[in-house]
Amino acid sequence: MNADSVKRTGREQGIEQALKRGPQESQHASRAARDAAGRLTARISADDLAEIGYGPVDSPFGTLHGAVTRRGLVRLAFPEEDPDTMLDLLALRVSPRIVEAPRLLEPIERELEEYFARRRRRFDLTLDWALIGAFGRRVLKRTAAIPYGGYLSYGEVAAEAGSPRGARAAGNALGSNPIPIVIPCHRVLRSQGALGGYGGGLDRKRFLLELEGALTPPL
Amino acid sequence: MHITSGPRRSTQVRAAAPPFQRFVDRHREDVWRFLVASVGPSDAEDCFQETFISALKAYPRLHAGSNLKAWVLTIAHRKAIDVHRQRGRGAVCVAEVETLDGHATPSAAAHDGELWEAVRELPPRQRSAVVLRFVGDMAHREIATAIGCSEQAARRSLHEGLAKLRKELI
Repeated sequence: MNADSVKRTGREQGIEQALKRGPQESQHASRAARDAAGRLTARISADDLAEIGYGPVDSPFGTLHGAVTRRGLVRLAFPEEDPDTMLDLLALRVSPRIVEAPRLLEPIERELEEYFARRRRRFDLTLDWALIGAFGRRVLKRTAAIPYGGYLSYGEVAAEAGSPRGARAAGNALGSNPIPIVIPCHRVLRSQGALGGYGGGLDRKRFLLELEGALTPPL
Repeated sequence: MHITSGPRRSTQVRAAAPPFQRFVDRHREDVWRFLVASVGPSDAEDCFQETFISALKAYPRLHAGSNLKAWVLTIAHRKAIDVHRQRGRGAVCVAEVETLDGHATPSAAAHDGELWEAVRELPPRQRSAVVLRFVGDMAHREIATAIGCSEQAARRSLHEGLAKLRKELI
């Protein structure tokens, strides 16, 4: 190999190395791509191109994860629930066209804030029942009609949902309520007045019932 | 893009594509790097937006087994071709000196600009093959999927593109 061809091979390798480094303008590609993705998400949200928007919702229980469709609130998850799992289920059951859209959750946060401050006794926001099956829908519609400060037993809700012996089935439907607090499954108790169960934990069920004045706090 | 068909096909679950936001977050940097290299920094932003808006519109038709990275780069590859078509022949993307880092020496910057100008002047397939191979660190088979040709044709495009760059720059 003569000196010229050694030099030439070196330059060829130089080209490949320079190509691997990418153009100097892409040195901050990680940040630039994140910013561009932020503008993309804002545009998708402003032009209403996605089927589902999600974002955080502040509450006394911590930061909830909310998701809305064009129909309304479709999911509200407690802080300890994994938001990725929530989004995977929505992608599978409703639509994978899901983007982060915190502004869409603002009205929900406002109504919840009023509710927790005892300035609101019922929610005006619209709901999307897409995650709820036929039986669950009957149970949760009946549950949604229980007034603030009141409660029913699992058996009563089951009977009124057309399943007189289905207290356990009604309990399951209530336990998988995708929109807790807003659909007040905390207002369904055991027939002897015991609390029963709650997807978000019994402390929260007790908290909500005391907030609404359905239970008196222990002395 | 289909799940591979096989004897157990009927038992395979067709899952939905991942949430679109996760798809964007996972591939945004690959798309961004590809576009900056292919069309230059000034057109990369518009191309990026159009790539992902097109992806969103086509999104619900996807299912498990799709190579989403190759798929979104296919769209980016087409958007890059549109940009070059709009610019027309002879219009050269000039490297934007003000975006360069301070520590780069002027001669290195000029040299880098020259290289990427030459890359951007390559025919579309060769350009995408070179960018996907070196900037995207993709295998030949993935490159073939992204630019819509056989693996052999992708190798050839890459080889021809590199040969042209060497001829022009050395």
